[in-house]
Amino acid sequence: MTVTIADRTAVPSPERAADAVACAPEPRPGREVYRDTLVDLLAADPRLVCLDSDTGLFSPVDWGAAADRYVNLGIAEQNLMGAAAGLARSGRIPFVNTMATFAASRAVEAVKLDIALNNLPVRIAATHSGLSAGHLGSTHHALEDLAVMRMLPNMTVLVPADAAATEELVRACVDLPGPVYLRLGRGATADLGPGLPPLRIGRAQPLREGEDVTIVATGPYPVLAALEAADTLAAEGISAAVLNMHTVKPLDVEALHAAARTTRAIVTVEEHWASGGLGSAVAEVVAELGAGCPVRRVAVADRFAAGSGGQRHLLERNGITATAVAERARGALRARTA
Amino acid sequence: MTVTELTLRQHAQTVREMIVDLCANPEGGHLGGSMSLVEILVTLYHRVLRISPDAPDAPDRDLLVLSKGHGAIGLYAALAERGFFPRELLAEYGMPDSMLTAHPNPAVPGVEMPTGSLGHGLSLGVGFALDFRLTGSDRRCFVVLGDGELQEGSVWEAAMAASTHRLDRLVAIVDRNGLQITGSTEATAGLEPLADRWRAFGWNVLQVDGHDTRQLYAALGDAPRVPGRPTVVLARTVKGKGLPQVEGQARSHYARMAGRQHKRALAVLRAQATREEPTT
Repeated sequence: MTVTIADRTAVPSPERAADAVACAPEPRPGREVYRDTLVDLLAADPRLVCLDSDTGLFSPVDWGAAADRYVNLGIAEQNLMGAAAGLARSGRIPFVNTMATFAASRAVEAVKLDIALNNLPVRIAATHSGLSAGHLGSTHHALEDLAVMRMLPNMTVLVPADAAATEELVRACVDLPGPVYLRLGRGATADLGPGLPPLRIGRAQPLREGEDVTIVATGPYPVLAALEAADTLAAEGISAAVLNMHTVKPLDVEALHAAARTTRAIVTVEEHWASGGLGSAVAEVVAELGAGCPVRRVAVADRFAAGSGGQRHLLERNGITATAVAERARGALRARTA
Repeated sequence: MTVTELTLRQHAQTVREMIVDLCANPEGGHLGGSMSLVEILVTLYHRVLRISPDAPDAPDRDLLVLSKGHGAIGLYAALAERGFFPRELLAEYGMPDSMLTAHPNPAVPGVEMPTGSLGHGLSLGVGFALDFRLTGSDRRCFVVLGDGELQEGSVWEAAMAASTHRLDRLVAIVDRNGLQITGSTEATAGLEPLADRWRAFGWNVLQVDGHDTRQLYAALGDAPRVPGRPTVVLARTVKGKGLPQVEGQARSHYARMAGRQHKRALAVLRAQATREEPTT
C-alpha cells in the first residue's frame, strides 16, 4: 500500500494520539521546536537577542535570566527588521520572529537595505510559511518568500523539513556570518525519522539514491511528497533519487550538476509559487549547465490559493501532491526517451 | 558671541561652500536639504558627539544616523570638515567608482549606515539604543530625519517602540524645513501639530531654530535629559539656507550648478558670511 501524505502526518486527533503512545512520540510543530531551541541558546550566549512582533509564540517567562534580551516590538515588522539591524551592527545576534509573508513582503525593504545590504547576522525566523496558515486565507499564505529571500545578496535561506532539522538548523545558523532566513511552518508535520545523513548548510541531504530521475524537494510536505512519489515510481520500476534541499541559498550546485548528469530528469517540489522559488533556482542551474536534462516543477500555479481549508487540503487543491510529483517524473522521462 | 559659536559658524560656512562645490559636479546634488542640515551637523560633529575622526569605529563612540539620506553631500562635507577624510576626496563625488554616492555609503569613514530609502533610520536607532541598554552603555544615538520623511509609516512604528521601551539614549532631530520635492509638507501630507504628535507618541519634545548653533547645542549637548524617554528636537530650518536665490523654495531640492552659477553661488555665500561677521 502506498502511504499518503495524510497518513504520514501527525494530526492531533484522539485516535491518533492513542496510537502514538504505542509507537513514536507525536511530532512537534517546527515553530515550537524553534522557540524551545532559542530559549536554550539565549540562556547560554549573551550575544543573542530575540525580537518579537507580537506573534504570541513567546511568553516573557520562558526566558528566565535572559528575559532582558527578549523584546516584543509589537505589530510593526518594518521597525522589527530595522531594530534588528541596529542590534546586529552593535555586535548582537538577533533572532526576529514574524510570519513568513510579513517578513518577505511587508518588511522586505528593511530586510534588503538594513540587513542584507549591511550583511548583518540577523536570523529571520518566519513561521506560517507556504500554505501552512491554511484557513487563515491568502493574506497569510506565504508563497513568495523563497523567491524574495534568495534574490537578496548575502542571505542564507534555510528550510527544515521536520522538527529535528529545525533544531539542528537553528543551532547551526547562530554563527553564520551573514543574515539567515529560516522558513518554518505552523503545525506539526511528520518526522523524517532517524538515520538520515547529517544536515550541512549549503549541501543537499540525499534521502534516496536513484538512477532514472531526481526529485528535489524543500520543506516538510514537499519532502514527504517526494519520498512517497519515489515509492510509487519504484513500484513501476522507475528509480528515483530524492534530495532534501533544506538550503535554498546557497544552492548545492554540485549536487544538481551530479543529478543532471547521472539521472535523466529532475522534478522539483515546493510549497511556493512556481515563479522564483526552488524550481526556478534549480532550473537556472541546470539550464546553465547545458546537460539537456529536463526540469519539471511541482509548485503552486500563478494564482492565489484562495478558499478555506487546512494546509493539506490546500496543498492538494493546488497540486502539491505525491501523485503530481510522480506524474511529472513520468512525463519528463517519456519526453526524454521520445 | 562666544569663541565656540564663532568657530561653529565658520565650520558651517566652510561646509556650505563644500556643498555648493559638490553641486557643481556633473551629477549635481541635493542642495536644499543639505543646506538646511548644516548647523545641525556641525553642532553634532564639533560639539556634541563623542567621536574621533582618527578612530571612526571606536566601540564607545556616539552614533549619528542620517535617516534623510538625500542629505548625503551635507554629511560628506561635514565629515570632511571634521577631519574624517581629506577634503580633496570630495572632488570624487559623482565620479565613476567613487564611494561618495548620492545617498550615504558606509564605505565612507564616519558614515554609520546606508540610508536614503526614507523611514529606516529611526528603527536602526531603536536597535542601537536597545544595545546600549543591554550593555549598560552611556553611548547615544542621534538620528536626523527629514520632515517629509515623517510621512513614512515606519517612522511612527519606531517612535512607538522607542517610547514603549524607554529608549532614553535615542535622540531624533527633525530637519523641519517644511518642503518636499513638489512643495510644502503641509499641502502634501500634513504633519502638524508636529510637536503634539511626537508628545502623543511618548517623546520628550524640544523645539529650536535649526540654524542657531547655540540653541542646537542647548538642546543636544546634554541629551538625554529625561530619564526613560526618548527625545526629539524639532529644528526649524530653511531649505536652501545660505543661498537667497533658492532659500525656502522647493526647487532647491536638487541642483546641478554650471560654472558661472557655481562661482556666483560661492560669491553670494561669502558675501553673506562677511556681512554676518560680528563687528565687535
